[in-house]
Amino acid sequence: MLSRVASNLYWMSRYVERAENTARVLDVAWRMSLLAKEPRLQDQEWFAPLNITGTLFPFSGRHNIVCAREVLHFMALDPENPSSIYTCARQARENARSVRGSITSEMWEVLNATWLEMQQMDEEKMESRGISAFFDWVKERSHLFRGVTFGTMHRDDAYEFTRLGTHMERADSTARILDVKYHILLPSVKDVGGAVDYYQWSAVLRSVAAFEAYRKVYRDVITPLKLAELLILRDDIPRSLRFCLRQVHDTLGHVQNAQSGETLRRAGQMLSQLQYGRISEIFSAGLHEYLTDFLDSSQQLSTQIQRSFFASAVVE
Amino acid sequence: MSQSQSQSRSPSPSLYNEMYDGERNVRAHYDAFCTWLAETPSDRIAQNRHAADLLFHRVGITFAVYGEASGTERLIPFDIVPHVIPGDQWELLSRGLKQRVQALNRFLHDIYHGQEIVKAGKIPAEQVQHNAQFRREMVGVDVPGGVYAHVAGVDLVRHSDGEYYVLEDNLRTPSGVSYMLENRKMMMRLFPELFANQRIRPVDHYPDLLLETLRGVAQRGADNPVIVLLTPGHYNSAYFEHAFLAQQMGIELVEGADLFVANNTVFMRTTQGPQKVDVIYRRIDDDFLDPLAFRPDSMLGVPGLLSAYRAGRVTLANAIGTGVADDKSMYPYVPEMIRFYLGEEPLLNNVPTYLLRDPADRAYVLEHLQELVVKEAQGSGGYGMLVGPTSTREERERYRQRILDAPERFIAQPTLSLSMVPTFVGDALGDRHVDLRPYVLTGSDIAMVPGGLTRVALREGSLVVNSSQGGGVKDTWVAD
Repeated sequence: MLSRVASNLYWMSRYVERAENTARVLDVAWRMSLLAKEPRLQDQEWFAPLNITGTLFPFSGRHNIVCAREVLHFMALDPENPSSIYTCARQARENARSVRGSITSEMWEVLNATWLEMQQMDEEKMESRGISAFFDWVKERSHLFRGVTFGTMHRDDAYEFTRLGTHMERADSTARILDVKYHILLPSVKDVGGAVDYYQWSAVLRSVAAFEAYRKVYRDVITPLKLAELLILRDDIPRSLRFCLRQVHDTLGHVQNAQSGETLRRAGQMLSQLQYGRISEIFSAGLHEYLTDFLDSSQQLSTQIQRSFFASAVVE
Repeated sequence: MSQSQSQSRSPSPSLYNEMYDGERNVRAHYDAFCTWLAETPSDRIAQNRHAADLLFHRVGITFAVYGEASGTERLIPFDIVPHVIPGDQWELLSRGLKQRVQALNRFLHDIYHGQEIVKAGKIPAEQVQHNAQFRREMVGVDVPGGVYAHVAGVDLVRHSDGEYYVLEDNLRTPSGVSYMLENRKMMMRLFPELFANQRIRPVDHYPDLLLETLRGVAQRGADNPVIVLLTPGHYNSAYFEHAFLAQQMGIELVEGADLFVANNTVFMRTTQGPQKVDVIYRRIDDDFLDPLAFRPDSMLGVPGLLSAYRAGRVTLANAIGTGVADDKSMYPYVPEMIRFYLGEEPLLNNVPTYLLRDPADRAYVLEHLQELVVKEAQGSGGYGMLVGPTSTREERERYRQRILDAPERFIAQPTLSLSMVPTFVGDALGDRHVDLRPYVLTGSDIAMVPGGLTRVALREGSLVVNSSQGGGVKDTWVAD
């Protein structure tokens, strides 16, 4: 298939996935902010969404204080923020628009209708509809897009590149969400294992829709070690790093060409580390360090994908 | 979309109404529709008209408007009252259209080869030589099957005498066919009962016919030819149509940067490396096709394309240089072409046309500016024409000066009164002027779907049906 089209499909699904993950992170931050707590902790968790998405810097360039309303607006609706939900919806639709011939009309309609509705959205509407309802809507649109893709798309290379984008973005975002605990420091040692700690860990789980899965797998209280194992090393959790990397590796195997050997090798290397890794080793080396490394490798893999498949294309 | 016009102010009884005869009785071919309209509750109709708008928006059937903020997308207003043509009338029309396009293709081949028609004295030599659309690069080039205009859109209007007239031939990159298909889909979705009650000939196999046409003109040796649709990109006003057709035909939608030429062969850049391309259905004007040969500033084209084309390594549809045949100053000679190449009498009427480079014609036209329509021979989109009867004295004076400055750039025609079809205006019906663009496909065979794009001027009394100037569209039914 056309390199440019492959690139557009890859970014189309990355943006959809990014919008969903941003909504998940914001939703959790929002729910946590509703919990009763000491006043000095108020707004503390609003740093997390900014940290996770790597937008603290652009945000603080334009806002002095971190408070709920500002962050919500910046992350959800700000057209100037390159990773806001608004921008993702626009980018997903723009990418889809340039490859309308390669996606099904159902896929196009989902993205187009989402964008049309998104344009009608403002702070007032978001609040009157209910903040959580807004995030649910974003998640639903993303679910719908994936479902329609799964249900209507011809299983050709176009499908593979669409899937590739989804799993590359999801791996990236799960790693960032897991790293959040590094960014939200607990106020003091005595809080560890306390109610705040519990809520924070369960919030992480909920943000990747893995709360029920955790209960089912471990039938145990939430501990950082198990939680990290679930989201990094399990092969049966659709948002775990291992699961995503296996999908990426499979996909790259299907679309490989004369120049993509190195790309496949890198993905394979990342996958085997996840397949044969142990959570205790990851923790003894440091979870944050591990995740930072992972994000680096994933960034390099993405560059490698661009080079071997989209090189001659105009990248959006 | 290019233009179509003509005029006559107040709706007079002499205007032809497609639905009603002179006594305001419903014509037979509109019987079924009118009965349905009378029996259908008006709130259901209003509701469905609203639903149509929403659906068109959701599907993204929009067009970009030049000159407005970039990225502006608008809907073309869709009217639910169809333009109905009786089957037997359509047979006559389609024979006339095929005849016309066949002659135009023969003319294009001739004009780039022996120019027999000029030698025979049927068309003045300067008419060809001085035509900016005449492409010297095409002289002596043989195109597969001798077909130049693979896709032709012929604009027709019905005058108050009840006769159809050809307003213009569009042989370059005619657009609008996606609206024909989507309008039908919309009508069947909203009012399925209309299609159950009467036999309306289907049009939705158009993409199949088009694909068949394109496959039929691949160079010999390509038994499973790779066909692509070349678009200027998603800022183009017709991008929706390009994407739609590519998808319906299952071919790649490519932009200039997706293609390159090596060893006089055209390739597209794919994730599996370069792939040879055999046929390009291009929706880019000649001038932008190849920056090495035409406009060097074109970012849309493919360097080296012309050379590969001339070497017969790739087929372009439509061919380069078709503009010389659909130019408004060549239009008056089409009946002569039909007689010359086919030895037949033209089945469709031409509008009498004055060429302003001719001193006698010019003198007449300048005397009668108020009764005539004057257009630029190269113009399109309904821009820059003078509609005599509705013009002000000042406009006429300004136009007179433009004509005197460069008379060869203009032609003039009597004002035709376009026929009317009742159209929803608010919640009531009003008579509005329409034209019709059927599409003629020429490959190894010549084919048409029964119907075309009906455009309607939504402003009362207006004759400008162009979408860029507030025109709308209707479904077109050939009913038996």
